[in-house]
Amino acid sequence: MAPKPGWFDKPGNLRLFLRAFYMVLGGLLVADLFVLKHPHFPWEHAPDFSAAYGFISCVVLVLVARGLRRIVKRREDYYDS
Amino acid sequence: MIPDIPPGILLICGAFLTPFLRGGARKAWLLILPLTALAVVIAAPEGTRWTVDFLGQKLILFHMDRLSRVFGIIFTLITAIGFLFALRVEDTLQHTAALVYAGSALGVTFAGDFFSLYVYWEFMAISSTFLVLARRTPEARAAAFRYILVHLAGGLVLLAGIVLLFSQTGSLAVRHIGLNGSASWLLFLGIAVNAAIPPLHPWLKDAYPQATATGAVFLSAFTTKSAVYLMARTFSGTELLIWLGAIMTFVPIFYAVLENDIRSVLSYSLINQVGFMMCGVGIGTQLAINGTVAHAFCHILYKALLFMAAGSVLHVTGRIRCTDLGGLYKTMPITCLFCIVGAASISAFPFFSGFISKSMIVSAAGYGHLAVVWLMLQFASAGVFHHAGIKVPYFMFFSHDRGIDAKEPPLNMLLAMGIAAFVCVAVGVYPKPLYAILPYPVDYVPYTATHVVSQLQLLLFGALAFALLMLSGVYPPEIRAINLDVDWFYRKGARAADKALSTVLNKANKMADGLFFQFIPGCAARFSSNAPSRLVGIPLACFFWLMGCRGQYLEFRMDSMRKSIEKESLPVGWAAAAIALMLVFLYIWN
Repeated sequence: MAPKPGWFDKPGNLRLFLRAFYMVLGGLLVADLFVLKHPHFPWEHAPDFSAAYGFISCVVLVLVARGLRRIVKRREDYYDS
Repeated sequence: MIPDIPPGILLICGAFLTPFLRGGARKAWLLILPLTALAVVIAAPEGTRWTVDFLGQKLILFHMDRLSRVFGIIFTLITAIGFLFALRVEDTLQHTAALVYAGSALGVTFAGDFFSLYVYWEFMAISSTFLVLARRTPEARAAAFRYILVHLAGGLVLLAGIVLLFSQTGSLAVRHIGLNGSASWLLFLGIAVNAAIPPLHPWLKDAYPQATATGAVFLSAFTTKSAVYLMARTFSGTELLIWLGAIMTFVPIFYAVLENDIRSVLSYSLINQVGFMMCGVGIGTQLAINGTVAHAFCHILYKALLFMAAGSVLHVTGRIRCTDLGGLYKTMPITCLFCIVGAASISAFPFFSGFISKSMIVSAAGYGHLAVVWLMLQFASAGVFHHAGIKVPYFMFFSHDRGIDAKEPPLNMLLAMGIAAFVCVAVGVYPKPLYAILPYPVDYVPYTATHVVSQLQLLLFGALAFALLMLSGVYPPEIRAINLDVDWFYRKGARAADKALSTVLNKANKMADGLFFQFIPGCAARFSSNAPSRLVGIPLACFFWLMGCRGQYLEFRMDSMRKSIEKESLPVGWAAAAIALMLVFLYIWN
C-alpha cells in the first residue's frame, strides 16, 4: 500500500516547521540575556550557557555512542549461537 | 465507609478471585479493586495498624506516613490505569499476576517490619516474572528465567542483610539504616538490584522489552520505584548514592541512542530516570527527598504512558523496532499525541510533569554545591530529551514512512493513555496538589523566568544537535543489532562456565573411570589369577635349582608347574612339599 501523504509530506510544511523552530531558538538566545538569574555556579552567569551546554552535550552523546557501538554491537542472534 | 485494610492485602486477595470471574464482571473487578485501594490509601490515617505477633516478633502490615502515602497513591493510580489499558486482554494469568504484583509493591510500601517486607519483595519478583512469561515466546521465556534468577539472588542478599541486622540490633522495624557495617551493605545491595543501579541493571533492559504489550506498563512502575521508596526510607543521605545515581543517569543514555527496540530505549531511559531519584536520595536534604518522591510520582505516569504508546504500536502493528516502524502519525495520530506528551514529560519540558519534579533534584545538587554532579545531571537531562524525547516518537511516528497498515488502538487503551497524559500535563501546569502531599513542606518555585528559559535552551539546542547530526549522517543509523551490556558476563559467562566445568568434570570422570573401573580392577584380576603360581613359583624355582635343574629343563619344569597351578591340578606331593617348605620358612622367620 502506498503511504498516504501526511502533514510533513506537503511541500513547504517541513520548511515552515524548521523555520518556526529556528525562530524559537533565536528567541531563547535573546531572552536569556534579559532574565534575572539566580545561579548556583559561576558558569551559569555566562550568557546562553544552557544553550551551549545542551548542544555540546548532545553532540558528545552521539559521538561517544558511535564509538561505543564499535565495541558493543553484535548480531541479533549473538546470544542464541 | 472506606475499609481500613492494607491495600496490598486487598489487591492480592482480590487477585485470587479474578480467575473465577468472566466478561464484564471481571473487567469491573479489575478496575474497582485498584480504585478501592486508592481510596483506602487516601483515607487511611497516619500511624501503625494491623500488627501481628509472629514467632515472638511484631509484624506491622499497615504503616502509613507521608512518604508511604505518596507511593501508595501513585501505585494504586497506575494499577487502575494499567488495568484500563489491559482491559481487553483475555489472559487470566496476566491479570492475576499483575494484581499480585501491584499488591506486593503496595505491601512493600506499607510494611512496617523487614520480615513482611521481604515476603512481599519475593512475591513481587515471582508475580512480575509471569508478566514476561505471558508473552509466550522462546525469547520471553529465556528472559523471564534470567529475570527471576537475578531477582531471587537479589532477594537472598536482602534476606541475609535482614537476618544479620536482626541478630545485631534485635529489631525488624523498617527505619533509616545508613551504610555502616555488613548488614547494611547487604541490605543496600539487595535494594540496589531492584533499583537497577549499574552494574546490577541489565535484568531490566533484558526482561522489559520481552514482556507483553500491557505487562510492560506494570513492570515499568513497581519494581524500581518500590526500591526507590525503600532506599529513601533506609539510606537517605548516603553519599555513595549521589555518585551512583549520577553515573546511573549518565551511562544508560549512550545505550539508549544505539538501541533499535523502542522498549529497550525506554528501559534504558527508565534506568536513567531512576538515577535522578537515587541521586536525590543520596543528597538527602528535604528538597532532594521531596524532589525524589515527586519525580517517582511523575516518572511512573509518563513512563507508563510511553510504555502504553509503545505497547499500542506493538499491539496494532506487531512491530516494535525502529528499523520496522515510521510514519504512524498519519494512521495513529491520537496515540502519537499521547506519546509526545509522555516524551515532553520525561524530557522535563516546562508545563509537563518532569519539569516540576526533576528540577527539584537538580536544584538540590546546586544548593549542595555539587558542581560535577550538577553538570552530569544536566548532561543527562539533555540526553534524555535526545533519546526518549525525540528518538522514541520520531522513529515510531515520523521518520521514514513504511506504509504500515495501522489504526488507533481500542478505546480503553486510548482512554488509559489519555488519563495518564492528562495527569502529566495537569501536574506540570499546576504542581501544587502534588507538592502538598510530599513528605516535607515544599518551598520551591519551579516556574521562574530563568529556569524556564535555561531549560528550554538546554532541550531545544539538544534538539538542534539531533537535527543537524541526523541531516549530516553522523547520527548512528538504526540497525538490526543488539548491544552488549553487563549481562554479557552472566549470559556468556554462564555458558563458558558450563562448558569449562563440563570439560574439566568430564575429563576427571573419564580418568576416574580409567583408573578405578579399568586399571585397578584389571590389575586385581590379573593378580588374583597369577599370584598363586608366582608366589609358589619362587620357592619351587629355588627347589628345582637345588635339585640340579638348569636352563631349558628348569624352564620346562616351571612352566608345567604354573599350568598345573592355574588348572588347580597340582600333584599332591608337590603341594605338600610347598606347604612344608612354607612352614619351614615361617619357622625360620620367627
